[in-house]
Amino acid sequence: MLRFITYRLLQGIIVLIALYTITFFLIKAMPGDPFTGEKNIAEETKQLMREKYGLNESVFHQYFLYLKNVFTEGSLGISTSKAHSVNEMIGQSFPVSCILGLTALSFAIGLGVPIGVASAVRKNSWIDYSGMALAMVGICVPAFTVGPLLQIMLSMKIPLFNVAGWETPRDVILPAITLGLVTTAYIARLTRSGMLEILSQDYIRTAHAKGLPVSRVVCKHALRGGLLPAVAYIGPAFAALISGSFIVETIFQVPGMGQHFVNATKARDPFLLQGVVLFFGLLIVIMNLAADILTGFLNPRVRLDQE
Amino acid sequence: MSLLDIKNLKTYFHTRAGTTRAVDDVSFSIDKGEIVGVVGESGSGKSVTCHTLLGLLPQPPAKVEGGSVTFDGNDLLDLPSPLLRAIRGKRISMIFQDPMSCLNPYLTILDQVAEPILTHEDVTKDQAEGRAIEMMKKVGIRDAEKRARSYPHEFSGGMRQRAMIAMALVTNPDLILADEPTTALDVTVQARILRVLRDLRDDLGVGVIFVSHDLGVIAEVADRVVVMYKGKVVEQGSVESIFENPSHPYVKGLLACRPTFETKFRILPTVDDFLQTEEAPDGSLGLYERPDAEARLAELKRQIDTGGNPKESGQNESFLKVKDLRVHFTSGGGLLSKPHETVKAVDGVDLSISKGQTLGLVGESGCGKTTIGRAILRLVKLTAGSVVYDETNLADLPPSELLPYRKRMQIIFQDPYASLNPRLTIEQALIEPMKVHGLEPNRSARRDKVVELLEEVGLSVDHLLRYPHEFSGGQRQRLCVARSLAVEPEFLVCDECVSAMDVSVQAQVLNLLRELQEKRNLTYLFISHDLSVVKFMSDEIAVMRQGRIEEFGTATDIYENPQSDYTRELLDAVPRADF
Amino acid sequence: MNAADNSHAHGKPGNSLWSDAYLRLRKNRLALASFWFVMLMLTLCFVAAWFCPNPDKIDLENKFAGSSVSHLLGTDQLGRDIFARTLFGGQISLLVGFVATTLAIGIGVVIGAASGYAGGRTDAVLMRGVDTLFAIPFLVVVIVLQVVIAEQTKDASGWVVDNWGWDKKLTSRIANIIPLFIALGLFGWLTLARIVRAQVLSLKEQEFVEAAKALGYSRFRILFRHIIPNTLGPTVVYATLTVPGFIMYEATLSYLGLGVEAPNSSWGILIRDGANFLETEPQLLIIPGLFFSLTLLALNFLGDGLRDALDVKAAKD
Repeated sequence: MLRFITYRLLQGIIVLIALYTITFFLIKAMPGDPFTGEKNIAEETKQLMREKYGLNESVFHQYFLYLKNVFTEGSLGISTSKAHSVNEMIGQSFPVSCILGLTALSFAIGLGVPIGVASAVRKNSWIDYSGMALAMVGICVPAFTVGPLLQIMLSMKIPLFNVAGWETPRDVILPAITLGLVTTAYIARLTRSGMLEILSQDYIRTAHAKGLPVSRVVCKHALRGGLLPAVAYIGPAFAALISGSFIVETIFQVPGMGQHFVNATKARDPFLLQGVVLFFGLLIVIMNLAADILTGFLNPRVRLDQE
Repeated sequence: MSLLDIKNLKTYFHTRAGTTRAVDDVSFSIDKGEIVGVVGESGSGKSVTCHTLLGLLPQPPAKVEGGSVTFDGNDLLDLPSPLLRAIRGKRISMIFQDPMSCLNPYLTILDQVAEPILTHEDVTKDQAEGRAIEMMKKVGIRDAEKRARSYPHEFSGGMRQRAMIAMALVTNPDLILADEPTTALDVTVQARILRVLRDLRDDLGVGVIFVSHDLGVIAEVADRVVVMYKGKVVEQGSVESIFENPSHPYVKGLLACRPTFETKFRILPTVDDFLQTEEAPDGSLGLYERPDAEARLAELKRQIDTGGNPKESGQNESFLKVKDLRVHFTSGGGLLSKPHETVKAVDGVDLSISKGQTLGLVGESGCGKTTIGRAILRLVKLTAGSVVYDETNLADLPPSELLPYRKRMQIIFQDPYASLNPRLTIEQALIEPMKVHGLEPNRSARRDKVVELLEEVGLSVDHLLRYPHEFSGGQRQRLCVARSLAVEPEFLVCDECVSAMDVSVQAQVLNLLRELQEKRNLTYLFISHDLSVVKFMSDEIAVMRQGRIEEFGTATDIYENPQSDYTRELLDAVPRADF
Repeated sequence: MNAADNSHAHGKPGNSLWSDAYLRLRKNRLALASFWFVMLMLTLCFVAAWFCPNPDKIDLENKFAGSSVSHLLGTDQLGRDIFARTLFGGQISLLVGFVATTLAIGIGVVIGAASGYAGGRTDAVLMRGVDTLFAIPFLVVVIVLQVVIAEQTKDASGWVVDNWGWDKKLTSRIANIIPLFIALGLFGWLTLARIVRAQVLSLKEQEFVEAAKALGYSRFRILFRHIIPNTLGPTVVYATLTVPGFIMYEATLSYLGLGVEAPNSSWGILIRDGANFLETEPQLLIIPGLFFSLTLLALNFLGDGLRDALDVKAAKD
């Protein structure tokens, strides 16, 4: 177990360095630097700014300097567009993204798993058909259609919620639903196919032959194996919910991390962009590891020390 | 009154393709303390009968169309599901074929063995687990207290099947339905399991319905026998009467086509030598005895004498010699994982085969017999040793120089469903080897050759443009043989090539191999776990155990005068019909 | 002797796995309807130029017009024909979906097959690489990559206009969507590579491949005649399910203003623009939204149907 975790953490570090390298050179390949576009600033000032941010050094020097700062000080640099510490900016917005992501994920699991299980147990019934049709709609209707529609229906027509903003706890609901809809759909489909696979196994027949009632056969014998595909999906899905929430953040004006990413891309802000990407990467590495460990607990055949 | 009484049971499967009468008017009964063997080939309806009794078939497509199953004054088929559930696992329990797939991999053995008690009786968890461990000891699981909390994948096949039996017995049922309970096991393990079942009958007086395709097992374990064919019971009676004096032509054929240690036939009789089937206009099947059955059997018997044994005359120079062959597999060894583990699949084996002869290689699962076959053909990497074929050491040849030997040596595998590329027609599959080896001058010559080959293995030209999935298992194995023969080999490795087949089909394929050997003077390495089949096919036999040759000798010597304890144990474990 | 004579001489031709699958697919009415819907959508979008009014023609006197003979589904805030804009937008969306998928399949099949068939060190290196790329925030990197490539293609398109005399407007339109193809295709092959590799690994153990080895077939022949054709089923299924995924990515990028730019438009852009008028003129969002969602729905249903027909397990997500 310990061996497995060390292995995966080492692998995670390699992943992050690879990610850093890719994004670093991509950002360098972007035309111009953060200050070329600013017309109101004198060329000398620009030069001073470049020196201040270390952008006048050689590319390789910059590459290793940033890496060094990350490892020795844990510092992700200073945003050129906002003149703020990237760590602080992430520190302020991450809790927002995290609450939004967690709510969306809870919504997705709470709705997706029951739909998936019910569809599998009552295969080819109206429950199955309507559940899967719903899931398909969830996959095919984009967040930027659902979001505005929810705004119209639930905040303008019936004033249940605020149209946008992030003040009261109630403000989390509409963005979370919009964000979690696709995840719900995937979880429902994965749960259904996982459960169908397990329900066709021989040992389910054994359980019936023991005289167990159907509910017990499903809960005790089928659920654990049937949920494995969905569990494996939940880790990466959570990371995706946090890193991919910029559309929802834009629609509902939520001060999460996505806005930083989009703004940094548009403003060619190298350190903010780099910092946010690395932070997303770290999140994915941790979530994948968590999903693997959870799978190991659910499935006795998976021995985590054998990689 | 009998324990369970099945009357006119009919179970049909309704699918888009039509209706299959899986169980068609079946009646038999079972008493307390009796083992009834239900025997039949695949598709005979024996398992479906078993599953119908407890309502375990998925409905649809299955549907019980009629009949009754009386147990303790109730008709199980009419019982409302809560009442049926109260019987299932409490008074009637089941043992299934594959103990790996039939035990839940996510739960501990103890959890699963104790579950029937907790479901049906009002006891505490501790009491239930105590009884479960008790029962596990009784069926021969050693250290049951310690091992009970293991998961199924941590048990061996035999132990898993014992756990399954303990699970079935733990509620002291009156009746056990055992569906092919020993089919997935080695003979020695099978012998022990059969003993457990017989003891249960004697000690506790349980009734057992024992479903199997294996006539030997049925003869060994059953008191009475029910023979099924295509959904119908063709004959039933005491085990002696069925085996000593069968009256139905199908049963006669089934018994005759099965090679035993005593078989003297050169060519085995087949079911078709006895049975004639005629389809009536309403779709029902009429089964009749062939009028010329006696004559056919007499002809086969005559061949025993006149056929002689041409192999013993001369030709004794061995043309395949295996010396100190070793094949080791290593696992693990990745970054940060555990150190390499080496499995010595073949660990120092010497063999030699003379031209035109058959060497039988026999052993239990995991003994390395299959690896030897593949190593000789260089399909796996050799760790050490030599394979001298016609004075060339194949072990030293670079891959580029193997090609001429690939033409001379061929292999036939166990699973005919996996041995043919599903995307090639039969014609493409058979022409390809000739193309690769540059045989036959042109396309039309090759096509003529394909037709010739198909006829040689008993298939018709109509099959040329078909795809493999349109054939039955026996036909596919014939196609594999034809594909091998396309390169005109002189040496064939038959790797468990009849193990997946029903006995009646097995007899046909064995006969085909024998006829081809005589016609083409082929040399065989015949690998099998089935001692009777190996005896029938081989001139010389090597018994393998844990990667080494345990004993080597002529077929008669090995079977009549075994030298090693292991060989003796193996031979004793083979179930036989001797009364 | 030709094929027809052949079948006379040797009995009736058999049913290949493909023709069996086709028969099964034909029985699945939902999948079949989806197939025809996708075909209809492709045709409509790509021949739109022949029967639709100019989608970019501004007519400020006719803004927010209702449905009429000249404007089938009415006009938008600038008096442009909504139907025409939706079809022309679909052109870009579908193009991105299909071209990027083709690119992803090309890369995925080659890497997956190589990895699975070569095994050993090659496999380990390639698969660790795939693992690494999997842990990278896909959309995030695609966006950055997209921005980088966009600059390069802009330069390249200027060169093409100057040196080859291509039409400036057309070139810049093409140049605008090429980065999307590349960015999506370059990162979208990971799952497919894994699927193909798993297929190849299991096929490699199949007895018919061993038989092929024993018959002395070359590695090349075994790989291309016996292994790869048997991986086509999952590939086709996965490809069908990838197209809607890419169309969705394109829409997301365009919605954020990081994908397709004016004068090009796509369903994502139409939906974004439509959302501004949602309260008063909901049809501006609903019409492109419907086209978009129905196409995705049909592609997904078709993929599901193909999976059932080809009996492919585990080819989703």
